[in-house]
Amino acid sequence: MRHTIAVLVENEFGVLSRVVGLFSGRGFNIDSLTVAPTNDESLSRITVVTRGDEQIIEQITKQLNKLIDVIKVIDFEPENAIEREMALIKVSAEDDHRAEVLRVADIFRAKVIDVTPKSYTLEATGAPSKVDALLELLRPLGLKEVVRTGPVVIGRGAKGWRG
Amino acid sequence: MKMNGARILLECLKLEGVDTVFGYPGGTVINLYDELFSFKEIRHILPRHEQAGVHAADGFARATGKVGVAIATSGPGATNTITGIATAYMDSIPMVIITGQVPTALIGNDAFQEADIIGITRPCTKHNFLVKDVKDLATIVKKAFYIARTGRPGPVLIDLPKDVQIAQTEFKYPDTVEIRGYKPTVEGHPKQIEKAVSMMLHAKKPVIYVGGGVVLGDAGAELTELAERFGFPVTTTLMGLGSFPENNPLSLGLLGMHGTYYANMAISNCDLLIAVAARFDDRVTGKIATFAPHAKIIHIDVDPTSIKKNVRVDLPIVGDVREVLGKMLKVSEEQGDDVKQVKEAVGPWIAEIDGWKAKHPVTYQPSSTIIKPQYVIQRLRALSEPDAIVATDVGQHQMWTAQFFGFTKPRTLLSSGGLGTMGYGLPAAMGAQAGFPDRQVIVVVGDGGFQMNMQELATLVQNRLNVKIVILNNNFLGMVRQWQELFFDKRYSSTCMELPIDFVKLAEAFGATGLRADKTDQVDEVIKQGFATAGPVLMEFKVAREEKVLPMVPAGASLTEMVLAS
Repeated sequence: MRHTIAVLVENEFGVLSRVVGLFSGRGFNIDSLTVAPTNDESLSRITVVTRGDEQIIEQITKQLNKLIDVIKVIDFEPENAIEREMALIKVSAEDDHRAEVLRVADIFRAKVIDVTPKSYTLEATGAPSKVDALLELLRPLGLKEVVRTGPVVIGRGAKGWRG
Repeated sequence: MKMNGARILLECLKLEGVDTVFGYPGGTVINLYDELFSFKEIRHILPRHEQAGVHAADGFARATGKVGVAIATSGPGATNTITGIATAYMDSIPMVIITGQVPTALIGNDAFQEADIIGITRPCTKHNFLVKDVKDLATIVKKAFYIARTGRPGPVLIDLPKDVQIAQTEFKYPDTVEIRGYKPTVEGHPKQIEKAVSMMLHAKKPVIYVGGGVVLGDAGAELTELAERFGFPVTTTLMGLGSFPENNPLSLGLLGMHGTYYANMAISNCDLLIAVAARFDDRVTGKIATFAPHAKIIHIDVDPTSIKKNVRVDLPIVGDVREVLGKMLKVSEEQGDDVKQVKEAVGPWIAEIDGWKAKHPVTYQPSSTIIKPQYVIQRLRALSEPDAIVATDVGQHQMWTAQFFGFTKPRTLLSSGGLGTMGYGLPAAMGAQAGFPDRQVIVVVGDGGFQMNMQELATLVQNRLNVKIVILNNNFLGMVRQWQELFFDKRYSSTCMELPIDFVKLAEAFGATGLRADKTDQVDEVIKQGFATAGPVLMEFKVAREEKVLPMVPAGASLTEMVLAS
């Protein structure tokens, strides 16, 4: 099962490698990982997408919590969370494909951020499944380069985590 | 008062109660050693290899219960500590390791004797710190000791660049420590504890399975009281030996790969397994699918990650083991009559276990001529002092010590359980002797493991650490040879040591005493003479070369699939 886990950590050097080392050392998967400071500059927030059965996910969250520099770990339930990622997509756009790329971009509310006579570069945001769907439609038109941030996640409702 | 970083470190160590450190000087710790030269409150012991220094600090910590401290220089000094650190990490031993580092301005430049020891030790320390500013040093040392000794203990490394040792600042040691990401659970959940006692009251075939955490958490007395109150049998892991007296009728001795027949049978037939500060290691469980197949499992551990890591658990209790066992005693006090009833109700179960004990006791085929290694261990127990500390190396002799010595007191067995580090025994004994100069400290080693750190004979002699060394010499790497005999068609690939070393002469070359026994009737005489001789003594016993450690559960097999001695 796919899980999106948010990890609040001390914003210090070496902390990311502790987290990443934990995953590689114990054979846990990382599908994607993002990290940036929070509004409290002493903290960083890592969002990691991983896979595993219930026992593995329980081990992952416990092992993360065990790291001294980890302050909080939340394994988000999909129904109570919103996930978004951004993708930058360079797609070939020549002749009759130029209009089709724009049509697809429009449907997904992706922005054109760079244009050449042979290509468009699009900026798309959304849930990972939306980005997947967009890429699926663009693939036959000729994908030149795809850069994805990996998702960040936030809980639904009024309650927020500090930091 | 302003002080340099080196002096601040020493003042911090003193305030943490450190009186003994094991360390090896070098270019990036020379400033620290210069301060140490005139700092009389701390005894510094110079091992002959940094690995041995860390093992010595580990042995000191295991024997005394205090935090062990080791020092090494940067680069090769630091990398030599890795095996020692990993050994301590696997067995949850509280230690602080201080490494020198190249000056901060040179870090990352591939400077002379530079190694990224923070990166290297990240997976084998509980935590580590690089000190970049002398102003942070005191706080970091405070945190390091706090992290090392609290929760599930473990080694913590402090990497101290040379310029930070020289830089000056005001010294103030913090009174308290606050780490927002580190709050170990001490008290077990009261509801869970009540449930556990209730499960115990309904058990018909219970077993208490005890790990090293009971030794580390100084909970042997509480454990023994609980087991006796309920009349429940107790089996221990290698690391748990000594936490429950093996001469107690409820003791089942060791379980697992080389555990007793009756401990493994009890595990395989019990209806309630109470795991106390143990971690269900593969050497204990054998095949997971058939481990304690009929049992409800209660698991008490200070480390939540240990729970449900390898086996399903019906009732987890996270907390300090002494605290939790104390609460269980309290809760069960209020149910005196029920406790008496359960003690009676488990009678048939104890009788069944006694039947297994009678059927297959821990045994071996004695010999009146060739020395049997098990016999040496039995004679060591008989002739040593009751509170003797015994260190072992890793291999057959380690298992024979675990099977035949009969440990009755916590912190009297020092052994590398998790990592299984050959070369551990001699330096660990050295550390224990430094902690207890007046107690008898014995190390049982094989001829293989002894050769991995035999340079420490020099440290023993120089520092008057009067360790009694017992070498069970079979001229084989015996445990691997045993596996080759059983599972590889006796193809003894690289396990015969071939060169017969004169260990007596070796001891004498270092200024120690060397003794040898070749025949069974010389064993007592050599042990008696060895114990009576002042100073470090090496006793070599030429033992039966192809003796096996039995019972044995082959790796990955069920605990019931034992190869037995008789």
